[in-house]
Amino acid sequence: MEHVAAATPAWAMLAYLVAGVLFILSLRGLSSPESSQKGNQYGMIGMGIAVVTTLLLHNVGLPLIIGAIAIGGTIGWFIAQKIQMTAMPELVAGFHSLVGLAAVLVGASAYLNPTAFGIVDAATGEIFAVSRVELGLGVAIGAITFSGSVIAFLKLSGRMSGSPILLPGRHVINLGLIAGILGLVAYFVFDQQPAVFWTITALSFLIGFLLIVPIGGADMPVVISMLNSYSGWAAAAMGFTLQNTAMIITGALVGSSGAILSYIMCKAMNRSFISVIAGGFGAEADAGGPKGAAIQKAYKAGSAEDAAFIMKNAESVIIVPGYGMAVSQAQHALREMGDLLKKEGVSVKYAIHPVAGRMPGHMNVLLAEANVPYDEVFELEDINSEFAQCDVAFVIGANDVTNPLAKTDKTSPIYGMPVLDVEKAKTVLFVKRSMGGVGYAGVDNPVFYMDNTMMLLADAKKMVETIVKNLGH
Amino acid sequence: MDFLSILSIFVMACFVGYYVVWSVTPALHTPLMAVTNAISSVIIVGALIASSAAVGGSEVSKWLGLLAVVLASVNIFGGFAVTRRMLAMYKKKDKKPGAAK
Repeated sequence: MEHVAAATPAWAMLAYLVAGVLFILSLRGLSSPESSQKGNQYGMIGMGIAVVTTLLLHNVGLPLIIGAIAIGGTIGWFIAQKIQMTAMPELVAGFHSLVGLAAVLVGASAYLNPTAFGIVDAATGEIFAVSRVELGLGVAIGAITFSGSVIAFLKLSGRMSGSPILLPGRHVINLGLIAGILGLVAYFVFDQQPAVFWTITALSFLIGFLLIVPIGGADMPVVISMLNSYSGWAAAAMGFTLQNTAMIITGALVGSSGAILSYIMCKAMNRSFISVIAGGFGAEADAGGPKGAAIQKAYKAGSAEDAAFIMKNAESVIIVPGYGMAVSQAQHALREMGDLLKKEGVSVKYAIHPVAGRMPGHMNVLLAEANVPYDEVFELEDINSEFAQCDVAFVIGANDVTNPLAKTDKTSPIYGMPVLDVEKAKTVLFVKRSMGGVGYAGVDNPVFYMDNTMMLLADAKKMVETIVKNLGH
Repeated sequence: MDFLSILSIFVMACFVGYYVVWSVTPALHTPLMAVTNAISSVIIVGALIASSAAVGGSEVSKWLGLLAVVLASVNIFGGFAVTRRMLAMYKKKDKKPGAAK
């Protein structure tokens, strides 16, 4: 199996290795915001080295390649400048789909022209058995990444309903398809017929679609991390085919990164990965399904003036943002509110639940965009003990992540999920559009009906803006 | 390189990935996804080889490769640029509060 090795000179192998190491450093840079920009630059340099090395190594039609890179690069750069921070989840999903599709195209191209990739066994004139497995798996993972990410993109951008779409017997269909794909990949080793290769590809596109369609909006943080992981494994599989260290290292990095993020997200929801993939969670979510009985209960509604008064006279306020804040773009108004409160001598902190939002770290980016200093923003485990001492918990656009039932009610679908202890604060101000919706899990939140809770029923952004006005004078 | 050496690199890289990613601060998880997305487009290496395959190769495979180059480039430029844009937003506490207004 000593194939491409002979064709790849030592300097090129070293260059790919350097690129791989630079990619490791680029992730390493993200361990703190100070070193992060440098990390990103390492990534760009690594990519530059990998591309230039490949161009020097292969006899390419340079004008066409440069044209292709220019077209793609311009589109990518333009999107990156224009995109709103609240739209980051769908952007990332969209980008994942491109990696997936690129992997499929490269795989197909390698299958059609194996000689160029150096994967042909000179003795038989057929593709190496190992390479066939790698190709089959690479194309399958790439195709799943593509169609899965397209669905995730459509759901996240609201072009498709976020509520799960449940097909009858979907588990049987999905398991059957997966078994079929694996079986075909195995069969591909013995028979490299085009029909086998294209069936693998087609079935994989189909399964990616079927896997994501039944998954609801609230589980998107897991889905998007999982697809991130897949895009890495697809790159790694292609790296095996090409025996390219840069691709293998990167694939492994991205694959583990996505897997770890999925794990963190699952843990933050106390859900098993399997139950997320099985889908169907939060079926009533987008229907806004009023859970009749819940709405009858008495709650205290307040106005922006009340909220401004309470917070002005508080010593400490902890703000708990959620997806609702992102939807109404309230982050800038929120930061202004924080600034005014700080001027009044109030201590202001932000508490972030890992799944507040549609992707890992979503809230942090939005707050950073609104110029909230990152050292005022705290993760769940770092701030949860402070609610008991704080005067006001200001919950905006979050719901399930503050629900104390998760700690007490064993029958609740969110039981066991780590939550922010907002109910321990002296006063809870809860910004919510209306009393109707009950969060994605479809669970009522007892915090609404506590004596020390004041519901601020309005659009998050309008409410915060009115509070800001009231704080002003 | 034989299959086992490649597999060794892969397994080692998985472990490196595991430890490096756990050290990423949760506040930067969104940029992490954006940058991993950009670097996974290193698949462009395969796309470039595919599109250079004029050497006795089929035309189809060459055009598939070129299309893959376009897609991967969208990701590379888009991914790194958006990561850079996001990271530039993370600031420490101001010397003078409210200066950002």
